[in-house]
Amino acid sequence: MIYLELFLAFLKIGCFAFGGAYGAIPLIQEVVLSHSWIDPETLIYFIAVSESTPGPIMVNPATYVGSQQGGVFGAVAATVGVVLPSFIIILLVTAVFKGFLKNKNIQATLKGIKPALVGIIIATGVFMISDNLMRGPLVSRIVIDWRGAIILGLLTLAIVMQKKIFKKSLSPILLIVISACMGMMVYSI
Amino acid sequence: MKNKNIWLSLLQTFMKVGLFTFGGGYAMIALIDSECVDKKEWITSDELMDVTAIAESTPGPIAINCATYVGYKQAGFWGSLIATFGIVFPSFMIMYIVSMFLDHFLEISIIASAFKGIKVAVGILILSAGIKMLQKMIRQMKKQGKKLPLVFMVCGFLVMLIIDIFTLDFSTFYLILIAGALGFLLFRKGGAIKKRGAIHNDLS
Repeated sequence: MIYLELFLAFLKIGCFAFGGAYGAIPLIQEVVLSHSWIDPETLIYFIAVSESTPGPIMVNPATYVGSQQGGVFGAVAATVGVVLPSFIIILLVTAVFKGFLKNKNIQATLKGIKPALVGIIIATGVFMISDNLMRGPLVSRIVIDWRGAIILGLLTLAIVMQKKIFKKSLSPILLIVISACMGMMVYSI
Repeated sequence: MKNKNIWLSLLQTFMKVGLFTFGGGYAMIALIDSECVDKKEWITSDELMDVTAIAESTPGPIAINCATYVGYKQAGFWGSLIATFGIVFPSFMIMYIVSMFLDHFLEISIIASAFKGIKVAVGILILSAGIKMLQKMIRQMKKQGKKLPLVFMVCGFLVMLIIDIFTLDFSTFYLILIAGALGFLLFRKGGAIKKRGAIHNDLS
């Protein structure tokens, strides 16, 4: 049954998503692609849509995939699935096991998970950017897509300029808007 | 009657937080801070810091963790349910509507080009989120004089990159489980936490 399948898949994501939304992206990618619920391209567009719409970034993909696969009830099943683990855990931690997180064993486990997850997130970002720059089959990926390279270069320039001149970092939404405009120009040539 | 008022108030407040924060996570914490600490005085700002620390150590969206906590503090189980519902509901509705249009939207060629550009931005966003976490981690390591977390990070990075490049069939879930198990074995003996409250220093 699709509802149960959606619920369980997103429950799994909710259980393992340490480090917030960015930690969840590799997991969402894996689950959604392995069920072939949406294709890799759409998923990336979708992360951008999530960044530009309000709300917790993790909830957005759940609602979207759920509604694509199973309508309103699918959306509800997936959304409840992704939220439920953190809801239950916080209830348990605040109401029942007050000292739970201070437990030595739990802390030791978390000390392993967190740094590894930082590595996983960075790897995901690096792969996504480089995947964008190269074309062709997997092994012989030496052809550089100059359009992607131009956009990456200009965006990096924009980020650095903003940092140096205004001493502020570029907001994610602004970055997405700029990149969208660049995409329209560069890919229409 | 009092109960009903607090329920309504929780619902309103968290729907507002859910509706008006773009970018998720820490952007939401800022709004929760101004709503729940400054305006409503539901929790203190120290408490909010504690919750953020707890949220970082538990899976799930940080903003949802905060909503559940504040709701529970104010009105028990039902309070936590209402607050959590409130923070999720706006994005649920928006996404549901977007999902009806996105596919057709992507078929328009100029929009498709726009999204090709956006792909690059998403990669940069993920990378910079990771780098921020890394910087925080390195600051903590310097304070504690430990190098082992860096080894975990580098291993996580390399393994994940290899999995991605060669499209290996190895689940990220196992990677997290293995990291947890190794952490359990390696950090447990070092007397991870000596005094109460150390967790806050660790995490903040």
